[in-house]
Amino acid sequence: MIPLLASKLILKCLERENVEFVFGYPGGAVLPLYEAFRTSPVKHILVRNEQTAPHYASGYARESGRVGVCLATSGPGATNLVTGIATAYLDSIPIVAITGQVDRALIGTDAFQEADITGATAPFTKHSYLVQNAADIPRIIREAFHIASTGRPGPVLIDIPRDVQLENVKTGLTCDKVAIRGYKPNLSGHSGQIKRAIKKIKEAGKPVIYSGGGVVLGNAQKELLAFAEKNNIPVITSLMGIGAFPEDHRLYCGIVGSHGYKYSNVVMNGADLIINIGARMSNRATSQLTEFEKDTDFVHIDIDPAEIGKNMETNIPIVGDAKTVLSELIQKDTITDHAAWLAEIEIIRSENPLIYDADPPCSDLINPKVLFKDMSEMTSDNATVVGDVGLNQIWSALYYRIIKNRRYYTSGGLGTMGYSIPAACGAAFATLNKPKEIFIVCGDGSFQMSMGELGVIAEHQLKVNIILVTNTKLGMVRQLQCDIYGKGHYSGTDINFDIDFMKLAEAYGIKSYKVDKNADFNKVLPEAIKHQGPTLIQCQVHPDFIRI
Amino acid sequence: MEKKTCLSLLVENNFGVLSRISGLFARRGYNIDSLTVGTTENAELSRITITVTGDDQILTQIKKQLNKLIDVITVIELKPDDSIIRELVFIKVKADDTTRSQIVEIANMFRANIVDVSRESLVIEITGTRYKIEGFFEMVEPYGILEFVRSGDTGLQRGGKMLSH
Repeated sequence: MIPLLASKLILKCLERENVEFVFGYPGGAVLPLYEAFRTSPVKHILVRNEQTAPHYASGYARESGRVGVCLATSGPGATNLVTGIATAYLDSIPIVAITGQVDRALIGTDAFQEADITGATAPFTKHSYLVQNAADIPRIIREAFHIASTGRPGPVLIDIPRDVQLENVKTGLTCDKVAIRGYKPNLSGHSGQIKRAIKKIKEAGKPVIYSGGGVVLGNAQKELLAFAEKNNIPVITSLMGIGAFPEDHRLYCGIVGSHGYKYSNVVMNGADLIINIGARMSNRATSQLTEFEKDTDFVHIDIDPAEIGKNMETNIPIVGDAKTVLSELIQKDTITDHAAWLAEIEIIRSENPLIYDADPPCSDLINPKVLFKDMSEMTSDNATVVGDVGLNQIWSALYYRIIKNRRYYTSGGLGTMGYSIPAACGAAFATLNKPKEIFIVCGDGSFQMSMGELGVIAEHQLKVNIILVTNTKLGMVRQLQCDIYGKGHYSGTDINFDIDFMKLAEAYGIKSYKVDKNADFNKVLPEAIKHQGPTLIQCQVHPDFIRI
Repeated sequence: MEKKTCLSLLVENNFGVLSRISGLFARRGYNIDSLTVGTTENAELSRITITVTGDDQILTQIKKQLNKLIDVITVIELKPDDSIIRELVFIKVKADDTTRSQIVEIANMFRANIVDVSRESLVIEITGTRYKIEGFFEMVEPYGILEFVRSGDTGLQRGGKMLSH
């Protein structure tokens, strides 16, 4: 029997997991893996900084519904992954991060490019492995993909010493079965709790469904729609829950939280029953919910038992997968109409309309809220929009409408600037065979954090459209400074060099446009969408437009 | 209301499992009073006893968060009525010719063992519940406690119940 090199075995195992792309950056401790890539059907995509690699994997995972994979060398390569891994952890995105490690004999000696990456990432990985024996590779890779993608999804890290990659192992080593004693996620809800929930739903006068990222990750949109329609219960989402429910539906009630719609917060505060499906009740989401703990009943459906009761006292806990539990709830014989409550919500809605103007008005340049509203009318029904972090994120989240099969991704939990470009590229790689409209929304701050990835866009001619909303400021921090310290108390938030983004795009061969009027944006956008190849539209917004 | 609770864990005897568990307590701000770890009848598994302080909500969260760790197989609460919880303590007490016999007498009453004798001190080994050990400390305190070391609680369920089942 011809022995097989462990590095080749690793790629064989990735192949068995149906991995198409590995987003990585090479280095000394992963040289054997890179040698193996030369003859593997698994494609390596060279990112321009390890910091973006997990975001590519994240965008790929969110778009494809499969596990995204990133790779880096030991030491600085591995530590560069840290923020991206934490980003995936906070948003429960299934990724597997593979890192090289120094030879086993050198571990603990502060060798060149040695860093304890399993230790460093322990707080924000779902699990991690330091591979000690090459023979364990098939089991570990199978387990890593299983853990990343089941239960509450999340990142798993596999740290592989260089000399392990060079070991010879028996050919034909595979692992198909997963047997992890300490990991058995519960999918179906407890029938007793479901009965109690149904009873509450029947009794409630003002119920609200609060839908989080769990509905999107669990692919439970159809079930949510059916359940909400059957019982006429309005649906509010979190930032991560955008896309869980069509925004043009009569029962849609917006986005809650400090950065949500005012009317959504008012509706949620007025509810007597909250049915939370896969939302964490994080501080950002609940900061405006000042009134409801007193006599509001609270049903919490979550696949992660630890989320239930963590931030909010819960009357009825249901541990289970959103799709499964919603299907179980639909089966039950409830039909409610809540006509009075829905009428009351219409009044709340009309009393708290969306405000499109800036305060004070700065109408001479682009109005970003109107821009995203208009963009909703001009983009396809299955467009993917990836928002970065900052004002651009909230404007796009609130004013771009997610309807039909549209999707919206952002770094909701960790709020990692620089997420949008690599994540959208990951989504573009996931849809190479079936191209769709993909939009990157970022500001001049977040753009510059991942600007190097324009190289990947250009190299692979990824059809992504960058909506770059510029104001030569770090807008959201500036807004906070204005709110907390007063107008004029700006510090460290000016990007005092007006970059020529047109020339920059040109350097990468990316078709670019610069607009400073909404009407011009509306003219340019269809052209950009039609253009074969990547585009960038710079949209100039007044620096004093700091309201969401 | 805050209370002390003793948790017993069955975990995979894997690389880094202890640091995962201790790290969890540190980063979530849970109070850990003591932690003991040792091998079990199965070489692949370790057993950990953790004493924690917190209110009911915190204790529930601690159990849930521990259960989330892949290497943690079982978490149970050792209830005082239903389990044996003991701690091992070594205490070095100041002892000269005039006090030595009195201290030995106290040790005998507590079924503690004298494990080292010198002209100025005694080392006493005592095993027992928190209450017994507190009582012993109170008795020898007047003689002068030079130093001591406590193992932290460790425990087992009474009767036929086993953690691995």
